[in-house]
Amino acid sequence: MDAFKTVSGKVAPMLASNIDTDVIMPKQFLKGIDRNGLDRGVFFDQRFLSTGELNPEFVLNKAKWRGAKFLAVGANFGCGSSREHAVWGLKQLGIRALIGTSFAGIFYDNCQRNGLLVIELENQDMARFSKQVATGQIVDLEIDLVQQLIKPSAKEHISFTLDPLRKEALLKGLDAIGSTLQYAELIKEFETKHLQQNPWLS
Amino acid sequence: MQTPKTLYEKLVHSHTVCELDDQGHVLLYVDRQVLNEYTSPQAFSGLRDAGRELWRANTHLAVVDHVNSTEPKRVSVKSEEGGALQVNYFDKNCADFGIELFDILDSRQGIEHVVAPEQGFILPGMVVAAGDSHTTTYGALGALGFGIGTSEIEHLLATQTLIYKKLKTMRVNVEGKLGFGITSKDVVMELIRLIGASGATGYAIEFSGSTIHKMSVEARMTICNMAVEAGARGAYMAPDEAVFEYLKEKPKAPKGRLWLDAVAKWRELFTDEQAVFDKEIHIQADKIEPLVTWGTSPDQVVVISDQVPNPRDHIDESKRRGMERALNYMGIKAGTAMKDISITHAFIGSCTNARIEDLREVAKVLKGRQIAEGVRGMIVPGSSEVRAQAQKEGLADIFIQAGFEWRQSGCSMCLAMNDDVLNPGDRCASSTNRNFEGRQGAGVRTHLMSPAMVAASAVKGKLYDVRNLGDQ
Repeated sequence: MDAFKTVSGKVAPMLASNIDTDVIMPKQFLKGIDRNGLDRGVFFDQRFLSTGELNPEFVLNKAKWRGAKFLAVGANFGCGSSREHAVWGLKQLGIRALIGTSFAGIFYDNCQRNGLLVIELENQDMARFSKQVATGQIVDLEIDLVQQLIKPSAKEHISFTLDPLRKEALLKGLDAIGSTLQYAELIKEFETKHLQQNPWLS
Repeated sequence: MQTPKTLYEKLVHSHTVCELDDQGHVLLYVDRQVLNEYTSPQAFSGLRDAGRELWRANTHLAVVDHVNSTEPKRVSVKSEEGGALQVNYFDKNCADFGIELFDILDSRQGIEHVVAPEQGFILPGMVVAAGDSHTTTYGALGALGFGIGTSEIEHLLATQTLIYKKLKTMRVNVEGKLGFGITSKDVVMELIRLIGASGATGYAIEFSGSTIHKMSVEARMTICNMAVEAGARGAYMAPDEAVFEYLKEKPKAPKGRLWLDAVAKWRELFTDEQAVFDKEIHIQADKIEPLVTWGTSPDQVVVISDQVPNPRDHIDESKRRGMERALNYMGIKAGTAMKDISITHAFIGSCTNARIEDLREVAKVLKGRQIAEGVRGMIVPGSSEVRAQAQKEGLADIFIQAGFEWRQSGCSMCLAMNDDVLNPGDRCASSTNRNFEGRQGAGVRTHLMSPAMVAASAVKGKLYDVRNLGDQ
């Protein structure tokens, strides 16, 4: 997993509520057995015209936001299907962080596992921030995970909270399975007792 | 005296290997995993690449459901390239790692969340995870089920655990008698109408009350299944006699002495009387009417006798814009009576509503009736066993005589990953769980409702209140 410390780039507005994973990664891109080539599928029905050309009206195709590394998103982003392909695709498209107020649970965990930083701001902070992003007042910014700051300019900072456990994994780019296997003995011990108490689970 | 606990807290506590911090993260032991062909391949590749072993093979059950064809004549050949790739790799992974697989031709094949309960693979008190958001279904059996992504599937295959953050708790209490023609689908759609598509994000929901416990176990599954559309990452009900009766004699359920011991322990699975939930919701069952979605989010929903709402009536700008966008996508105007919306397709299927009881309800509506001209109707049973049972009971004959296609089992047009895809502009009355943009095909308009409502709408050629259909 890629580590995330400090990343600079453009932030693009995608502020509609309930943007679901079907919209982020449509079904026709789910048929592989690897993680490759998913950048093309991201927001496919909106990003491309039926002719296959880029849709000039779509936010990430506009000169101002082309190549954005961050998305300012509406509430409940990533709802719906568990498909991790949505997160793989976003990362392959170059997205490194999402900034919003609330994210769907499975999607949030999928982002965490792939080093895609998810920042949850308080409603008030997000309202101010999203307005500045939507109007283009804020385009470039730096996200500093160590200090937990969004920095649109040298003098402006928005701080955010994050579970220390998740922060550490992101900063170090930890392999979650490797970390958990350090508890293998403890898991075995638990399992033995659990199966003794519930023998129908054996 | 011990602090009173919710059933959710008891389930998490009894599966906690160790706490990982003071923020509610635990290493959670998972009893069972159900695998499908489309979200698992990269997880198995991850295991292979890292040279890791599977922790415990007999805790996983694999079912092909998302990409297979539902053509009436069942063949093992996978015509479509991507699907074939996934099905073949799934076969290989299950064979190499020693996991039991219900392949396309298996008489037990079907949609994972229909098959796993049907086989007795899910039992009360279990923690179950699967690479599919509708894993919440298993809560109807008193298990804690939740969806996970592919990285977590790999984590679970390798460690039998997940790094889990404890959720907040919400109790949804439903009291009273449901009216004629009202189903458990309407109950869960009513909840989503009340609290919104993210109303339960960060929560596990316990459903309680006399209405719930009078329902059949299959009806309860519909509620737990669709609770994820309100954002719930777990939805469950305390197991009762109906659950034990449902599980008894199921192929994978414990037998003999073990069964008696298990039931004795399962009777302890309830929320303590004084336990406190973070949120409480009350729903009066007798006030619920048949619900139909008008938009592209499950919370864009109204009663069938109502009209398409007007975005102008809402102050919240983001909500207003969402509604405008949805109206535009759905090709309907604010103020239109829901019952005046014509349909081109009717789909009955999915892990939400394709169990035998659903099909019996549909047969009651369709008996002696015909699908309207110009409407294509499809019925996709939840599992191959459901299909066989429906044929035995004569339901299939009723469907075919009514003009519906009677197909093989799979996820089918709930998400249209296989070849069951509609065309832009098609409008489908659907017993499924998501009305997202493009869900049933690019540009396709989906209206969610109960299976009986889909059947009534198919007969009339437009969205229709099943209660007005006359003598059922």
